[in-house]
Amino acid sequence: MISPRMTLRMQEKQYTSSLLIFFIYNPSFGPQESEVENKIRNVGLCEAIVQFTRTFCQTKPAKSLHTQKNRQFFFEQEDSFWIVMVVRNPMGEEPNKDGKPQEEEGILVVLILCYSLFFLAMEAGLLQYLQTLHLQSRDLLDVFGGIALFPLDKKSYLKIQSFVNRVEESLSLIKCTAFLYNDQLIWSGLEQDNMRILYKYLTTSLFPRHSEPELAGRDSALRPEVARNLLHYGRFLTGPANLKDPEAKFRFPRIFVNTEDSYEELHLIVYKAMSAAVCFMISASVELTREFCEQLVGLVGPQLTLLVSDICEQYNVNRRISGLDKEPQFKFIYFNHMNLAEKSTIHMRKTPSVFLTSVHPDLMKILGDINCDFARVITLNYNPIRVITLNYNPIRVITLNYNPIRVITLNYNPIRVSSLNYNPIRVSSLNYNPIRVSSLNYNPIRVSSLNYNPIRVSSLRPSFDSSL
Amino acid sequence: MSEEHYLELCENPVQFENASSVNNVFFDEANKQVFAVRSGGATGVVVKGPDDKNSVAFRMDDKGEVKCIKFSIGNKILAVQRTPKSVDFISFIPDYPHLECSQECKMKNASILGFCWTNWNEIIFITDQGIEFYQVLLDKRSLKLLKSQSVNVNWYMYCPETAVILLSTTTQGNVLQPFAFKSGTMSKMPKFEIELPVVPKPAKLNLTERDIAVATIYGQLYVMYLKHHSRTTDSPCAEVVLYQLPREGSCKKTNVLKLNTTGKFALNVVDNLVVVHHQSSQTSIIFDIKLREPDCAFNVHQPVLPGRSIHPYRIPLTGPAAVATQPPVPCELYSSSWSVFQPDIIISASQGYLWYLQVKLPPTVNLLQDKGKLMDFLLRRRDCKMVILSVCAQMLNGGDKGGLPVVATVFDKLNQVYKEYLEAEQTYTVAMESGPSRGSAARDRPVRTQAVIDQSDMYTHVLSSFSEKKDTSHKFIIAVLMEYIRSLNQVQITVQHYLYELVIKMLVQHNLFYMLHQFLQYHVLSDSKPLACLLLSLESTYPPAHQLSLDMLKRLSTANDEIVEVLLSRQQVLGALRFIRSVGGHDNISARKFLDAARQTADQMLFYTIFRFFEQRNLRLRGSPSFNPGEHCEEHVVYFKQVFGDQALMKQVTV
Repeated sequence: MISPRMTLRMQEKQYTSSLLIFFIYNPSFGPQESEVENKIRNVGLCEAIVQFTRTFCQTKPAKSLHTQKNRQFFFEQEDSFWIVMVVRNPMGEEPNKDGKPQEEEGILVVLILCYSLFFLAMEAGLLQYLQTLHLQSRDLLDVFGGIALFPLDKKSYLKIQSFVNRVEESLSLIKCTAFLYNDQLIWSGLEQDNMRILYKYLTTSLFPRHSEPELAGRDSALRPEVARNLLHYGRFLTGPANLKDPEAKFRFPRIFVNTEDSYEELHLIVYKAMSAAVCFMISASVELTREFCEQLVGLVGPQLTLLVSDICEQYNVNRRISGLDKEPQFKFIYFNHMNLAEKSTIHMRKTPSVFLTSVHPDLMKILGDINCDFARVITLNYNPIRVITLNYNPIRVITLNYNPIRVITLNYNPIRVSSLNYNPIRVSSLNYNPIRVSSLNYNPIRVSSLNYNPIRVSSLRPSFDSSL
Repeated sequence: MSEEHYLELCENPVQFENASSVNNVFFDEANKQVFAVRSGGATGVVVKGPDDKNSVAFRMDDKGEVKCIKFSIGNKILAVQRTPKSVDFISFIPDYPHLECSQECKMKNASILGFCWTNWNEIIFITDQGIEFYQVLLDKRSLKLLKSQSVNVNWYMYCPETAVILLSTTTQGNVLQPFAFKSGTMSKMPKFEIELPVVPKPAKLNLTERDIAVATIYGQLYVMYLKHHSRTTDSPCAEVVLYQLPREGSCKKTNVLKLNTTGKFALNVVDNLVVVHHQSSQTSIIFDIKLREPDCAFNVHQPVLPGRSIHPYRIPLTGPAAVATQPPVPCELYSSSWSVFQPDIIISASQGYLWYLQVKLPPTVNLLQDKGKLMDFLLRRRDCKMVILSVCAQMLNGGDKGGLPVVATVFDKLNQVYKEYLEAEQTYTVAMESGPSRGSAARDRPVRTQAVIDQSDMYTHVLSSFSEKKDTSHKFIIAVLMEYIRSLNQVQITVQHYLYELVIKMLVQHNLFYMLHQFLQYHVLSDSKPLACLLLSLESTYPPAHQLSLDMLKRLSTANDEIVEVLLSRQQVLGALRFIRSVGGHDNISARKFLDAARQTADQMLFYTIFRFFEQRNLRLRGSPSFNPGEHCEEHVVYFKQVFGDQALMKQVTV
């Protein structure tokens, strides 16, 4: 196995896509907005491209433009509002006539996310997000944009439920709450789509910014605080750094969430105690005061600290029992469209800048391509199950796609993939006889045997005869 | 406020002729009988018991003033004491010759303080010089001495429930010597000393029977000592000190009940509560020795509730003169003529009434604000079920809701008791199944007390109506339901389906599908077929419910047919076939059902595939690819030939 460090270096060398330009425009504002010449030129060019391609297809104008040096992506989420991103091509990359479907989709996903974040967190999100935007580290998980769920037993889960309900009851200002542990979601009072964006913001932008001092262990924030005579480790990740500071400002980032028919503006309070982070969302029309924050700390700090040590203990017990602390037997990436749950045994650690994967980046790329093909094929012909086996000795990439649940697995891990090539045509050719597909020798991942609690969805998996 | 009287006298008192110069009244604690003896018995003795509808009445010769009179257990033999030296016995056995005999105490110069029946024919004489234990042999007209013990006795006290007698010994009277009796045997228990507040000099009798009571509380025998305040000590108020008297081992001081006042007191024990009546304030207070006080030292108790008077009592007018228009006469409570007996008896000899004291639980609800403490209190009472349920309902509906933490505390307390019962039941069942030979002693089936509030009780009386309340926010309702489920899970009680249904109903009503989804992901709502069906029905409003339902059915592993039906109904014919093959059921499925479904999809390739699959199955099972007439697939064979041609049919393999 390649060490993570090595993988990282290789990734750096090969993918040096970088963001050159990012802007949002609305053609109807055009005449008034005349600040910098360069900007106008860019906007003008994009507008021209989009308008030009419209002549070929009214409904679907161009989404991207590839040139030798860079690629431009256009995204119109709302009528006349365009988000444009220009990305420099990686150095030394062979020009590919077909384009790189996965990369394209990946970047488009990033664009959509930018838009979402733009709406989610006008103040806090976008600029910071752009700063943390590392295009080279994009991979399948980015494309899925899922939410990692924290595996937890029922009892502990209900305790968290109870905690959330109690806090929301005593601090009635709180509109909804989300509870995360180890950067994985446990409870969300937000609707799924909003949570997906908030989750992205938290895990890619907010948490990484605050994790460095904790890792270094020198931050004063780790000193326990005392509230109501109870020791606790809680602190604000958004808002005031120190409540005792008389100068402290009680300003929290505001987010916009999609409610039934409109957008609602909310304060986002993120409060953290050890590995748990709780997001409290409060209507932005309310002004938050020191008293409120003190009340919140007094109520949440000690309770959360207790709860966290409880979860931590339970989690370790479960890991030991189910043998999860050992190297996973199967390597897989799991994504479930239904609940956006994602899980990967390939991605070892999410750092603010890169995913460290235990497989070769080329393989990740292939997986991305396969996935992208699926996305296309599925729209062509609805058939829930497709299996692809790439059987190159000694590597075997097995992909299972079961709509609406996607599971992509890698079975066996030795990696010598330098010349692995993947031909997308084959996917569609797999389509012609379902029975043949089903006779592929494969026993799909036993996610259930890994005892991954939140998503036992895979327990309803198709399985196949071993007649090949 | 009449709602605050938490103690009351029973509605149907035992009525007897009131004490007067010609009528002496005696009370026997063992049989709970009142004896009204007129003129030494010559003009009649009337005996009234607690549940004997027919009172016993008889005459006996007036042989002098009666000092004490008691029936043996079962009214077999009557014992009458008239002189300080002897007791007379009269047989009362039906269809048995009328026999009489008399017995003098054995010890010389001793005088009899009293006597107690321990059996239908065994009796203890307590003299100032010791105790004598006799068996009455009526046919021989004599008594046989079983055992005796000589000790100087100031006074004695008998607890009929446990057949334990307490003798006050030493000059000060504060060393108590207990004896236990059991079918012909007498055993001496370790003696113990009551700590007196002051030691008088010179030593004289300082502890009287007025300050001591013996009763069983929570199945344990206690000696209760009413310790009056003394000027020499710091504590200005009286207290009741409890000494636990175990069957084995020595007696120890266990609890102190703080009375917070001084004056004349009387003690009762009702429903395992120690009731202390205070005469001057005309109030009573109650103590629960199992209720721990947070701000008190170990085993020091404050009254559970503020002092209140016994509920006013009106004496109904009796006799032919009683007319409806005449109002009942109010009865004087806490009268100086009252005598109090253990455990729960109050007698007014001057009025001729014997009452049982009772605890009324509903008024306690408003007097005890701390809901957790209230639950602890109620769960140990006898008739608590409806009161507890009403407290729960009130807590959720009323304006004074203490919020979720209180709700959680109450649920946890209820479920703890519920769990203990379920566990006892489980152990009993296991013990019964393993056979009586292995279990050392035959176990009794655990008694289900009223304190066991199960899920259906909660559902019927509290949760179902609560969840329909329009003026309560759905958020609070869901939180309460989840809290109850959490509490059940905490003590590992399997949650009943109807509770899940209630939660799901609430979530669906308010379009909280994502919340529902999350609960299902974490298996908060446990898998079951009904739940899976419920989810299936939600598909139209929340599409992912379909998949959730299928997953649940799969996990149940007993619902394979249902899964196939669901998949077929969604035209996922291939999926259904794969599934049934994966569980090894594909040899038994109906080919027609699958072919029907495949035809409906209008996908010819799919139909071909399915058809071919069954041909192969036929070949494997019967050696021929053709369908049996019983499978009713003719129509599909015709269709297959029509679309793909005759030659597409699988050929019979010729050997």
